[in-house]
Amino acid sequence: MPTFREFMNRLQFLRRRARFDRELHDELHFHLEARAADFEDQGLSKDEALRRARIEFGSVQLAREDSREAWLFQWLEHLLMDLRVGARMLWRSPSFSILAILCLTLGIGANAAVFSWAEGLLFRPYPAVAHQERLMALSGISRGETGITLLSWPDYLDLQRNSTLFDAFFVSKITGTTLSIGERAERTLGSIVSANYFEAIGVHPILGRGFLPGEDTGSSGHPVTVISYQLWQTRFKADPQIIGKTQRLNGVTHTIVGVAPQGFYGTFVGWAMQFWVPASMEEIFEGGGYKLGDRNARWIESYARLKPGVSAQQAQQEISALASRLEHDYPLTNRGRSVRLWPLWETPFNNAGTLLPTLGIMLAVVACVLLIACANVGNLLLVRSFARRHEMTVRAALGAGRARLLKQLLTEGLLLSLLGACGGLLVAHWCRHALVLLFPARGGVSMYLPGDIDWRVLAVTSAVCLLATLLLGVVPAIQTSKLDLAAALRTEMAGVVGGHGRSWARSGLVVLQVSLSFVLLVGSGLLIKSLDKIRSTNPGFSAHRVLTTAVDLVSAGYSVQQAKTFQDELLDRVQALPGVESAAFARLAPLSYGSYSSSPIAVDAYNVSPEEQPTVEYNEVGPGYLATMGIPLVSGREFTRADDQSAALVAIVNQTMATQFWKGSNPIGQRVQVKGRWMTVVGIAKDSKYQSMREIPTPFFYVPRSQNFAIAASLHIRTPLAPQDMAITLGREIHALDANLALYEVIPLQEQLDRSTASQKAAVTLLGVLGGLALLLAAIGLYGVMSYAVSQSTRELGLRMALGARASDLLRLVISQGLALTLVGAVLGTAAALGLTRLLVNYLYGVSPHDPLAFASAFAVMLVATLVACLVPAWRATRTDPMRALRQE
Amino acid sequence: MPKNDTQLLPGTLFLLILKSLARGPLHGYAIAKRIKNASDNGLAIEDGSLYPALNRLLVKGWLQAHWGTSENNRKARFYRLTPEGRKQLHAEAREFEKLVKNIQLVMRTV
Repeated sequence: MPTFREFMNRLQFLRRRARFDRELHDELHFHLEARAADFEDQGLSKDEALRRARIEFGSVQLAREDSREAWLFQWLEHLLMDLRVGARMLWRSPSFSILAILCLTLGIGANAAVFSWAEGLLFRPYPAVAHQERLMALSGISRGETGITLLSWPDYLDLQRNSTLFDAFFVSKITGTTLSIGERAERTLGSIVSANYFEAIGVHPILGRGFLPGEDTGSSGHPVTVISYQLWQTRFKADPQIIGKTQRLNGVTHTIVGVAPQGFYGTFVGWAMQFWVPASMEEIFEGGGYKLGDRNARWIESYARLKPGVSAQQAQQEISALASRLEHDYPLTNRGRSVRLWPLWETPFNNAGTLLPTLGIMLAVVACVLLIACANVGNLLLVRSFARRHEMTVRAALGAGRARLLKQLLTEGLLLSLLGACGGLLVAHWCRHALVLLFPARGGVSMYLPGDIDWRVLAVTSAVCLLATLLLGVVPAIQTSKLDLAAALRTEMAGVVGGHGRSWARSGLVVLQVSLSFVLLVGSGLLIKSLDKIRSTNPGFSAHRVLTTAVDLVSAGYSVQQAKTFQDELLDRVQALPGVESAAFARLAPLSYGSYSSSPIAVDAYNVSPEEQPTVEYNEVGPGYLATMGIPLVSGREFTRADDQSAALVAIVNQTMATQFWKGSNPIGQRVQVKGRWMTVVGIAKDSKYQSMREIPTPFFYVPRSQNFAIAASLHIRTPLAPQDMAITLGREIHALDANLALYEVIPLQEQLDRSTASQKAAVTLLGVLGGLALLLAAIGLYGVMSYAVSQSTRELGLRMALGARASDLLRLVISQGLALTLVGAVLGTAAALGLTRLLVNYLYGVSPHDPLAFASAFAVMLVATLVACLVPAWRATRTDPMRALRQE
Repeated sequence: MPKNDTQLLPGTLFLLILKSLARGPLHGYAIAKRIKNASDNGLAIEDGSLYPALNRLLVKGWLQAHWGTSENNRKARFYRLTPEGRKQLHAEAREFEKLVKNIQLVMRTV
């Protein structure tokens, strides 16, 4: 029985192999000489003595080999031998090897890359943050509503104070500012955080400090900021004396107290944060006044880390209990509201929730690609195993066990998939940041999506590799198990096109490839069509003739009165420009990143149930906004300059809001309560798109800027002029008013719209690339099978030609064989696609998952690919020389 | 080589090697000589087959090997019993005696 000691002894042997051989040689030599010397003493001649000694000894070679073998792990030795043989086989047919390894590299690489993205988002979305596995996101929920709300600061503090199952709570709310350093002004993203932020996430600034306790209290009491490493390097030229210097953020001078470490991007899936400010500075960045004491202002994005060993369910129970206590204590603000914990990958207020299902589908897609790649390599192996049938048969006839042959085949598969896996990991390594490339970055805002090769990726890649090995090894193994020694040794090589029982495995693999790539093609088709639909959907405003931009008054430190005066003057100047039809300010441009104001509303005629507090979003717009945007008025009037602070409060509602809250009666002249103030409805606007092109019609309303003023505003200009020309003119006008102001980029609304559909475009690109890859692999597979079939049936083809078949007949014969395979594959693919495309439903817009056009185009593409793949083999068939083909026999 | 040798029972070679080393370290040739002399050349062992057996015993840790000088001043490899090897020798010797006794018993009764 092998013991541990024995194992260790053998292991040591591996180290001193060379010495062992030498010593054994010396030892055997000594033995022979000593024996010979004894014989000489007995009176034999020297030669005779040596001869007798050798006879006594037996085979020196055998003694040496057996002694050596005593030390070896036998399986290891066999494995090494198989690997050697396998490597030799690969080396001997380089075109086969390169093709096979390339297929596997693409298949495994695609899997490793997509897995590394998904895994990054799932397990460590925030690089450098400690104990992410126990972090959960917090959001508010309302009973009877599906969406989420954010939390108010007082609610957050109460949860933090009264909970017992958590290590830490922290706030990280995305915000933005215009960073003007030197002459360059750029939009930059940052976070409003609680004072314990850096401590809670275990990130220590490399220069200076994090925030101090208490820096998140008071109104604008602590203008301090920690900047990112990237910002420090690029905009501050890595100034070592940076700590203590100041930087204006949103018009307020902030002291830089710390620089975050390299590789820390903040805590927001999708974007890299460049600066952090404590929550006390919230009103400088958020607008809408001081909110830290307001339980009705729900604006914070927060996280909590569970204590070790606490389950998400227990934590949720405690949070729910605390939330219902809040509901009881503060019915006015918290009625019908509760709080929910989310796993990080479902965080409702960043991009995690939307990215993950996409990656899930991509994982399924790349698994398909891998299957196709394996089928391809399997097919190549099959063809080769047929060519090696003779070798295998001879080996079997010489007594090689079936298990031994099988092991050899599996080792060859292993070798291929190992090489493929190495290549695949390289591909994944190159692609680790490719996910970011699919989403366009704008201005100074950069994307960050984690993707890295770690042990999980390695583990999955190894698993994929093993699976591929099995798949690859099994195919020729089936073939081998059917070895008929007697028949095979009689080398009967002449075949008939497609008429072979043996070719079923190859044909089956091709059918599998065709059906899988058919599914991917249908998916790509559906996504392309829905992207097209999204693009051609009427956004409800004129996207082409309206330019949008903004002037950063906030960081320039404008007061409300200064901003009003400046904006009025600028508007007058712009409207006077040649080519400008009209212009208007609004707080937000549609489909931009940034959230509209929202308020719980009350309506005269609408009875609110006690459980429900309807919240509706709105935009603060200037006079003539609707006309400038091209949003039609259904009835009533637009805001005018007369709707100012001194006039009666007014609002314009959209059609959906009118029907939802006034149920058929005319809302004009009726009142709506917003943030405690009653406003009279003066107009009804047609519905348009506000946040996303895919949204369903939602209630929305407009209020005049003059009655609800916020300094930050975007300017909309209706003009046929080009954006670049407008930017120059506009810059001149602005600098005439104030030479220190910086202008944002001037873009058509259409550009804004395109950016908002970037993720759909990314999905189409990805699926398109993978679908194309699958199609290519399937075509290669088809080509391989048809070429092989033709090369194996030269006799039959020659016979047909001799009997009077024309070239076109042979062409038809070969192509119809290929088409038959494709047809079967397409039928299976259609069945699979009918079931699978339903998974895409969330990504489709205005397209049924069973859209016949998508299926038809997939079929057409498949058909063309088939014809291309069959053409060369078919042409080769027509070139068969009948005389030579017949003489071969 | 046609000889009227007795075939070895399986595993006996190990026992013979262990036994011949019981009185102290020997080199390979000395072990071969001792086994042959002790059995009066009656056992069919090729000298060569001794070495794989020695190596198997080394792997098992029953023997240890070291280089030394032979009686005629040549460099030779000496084998020595380890404590485990000694224990194994006793155990196997007992087993073997039992086996032989049983066989003799059977031979007498039949």
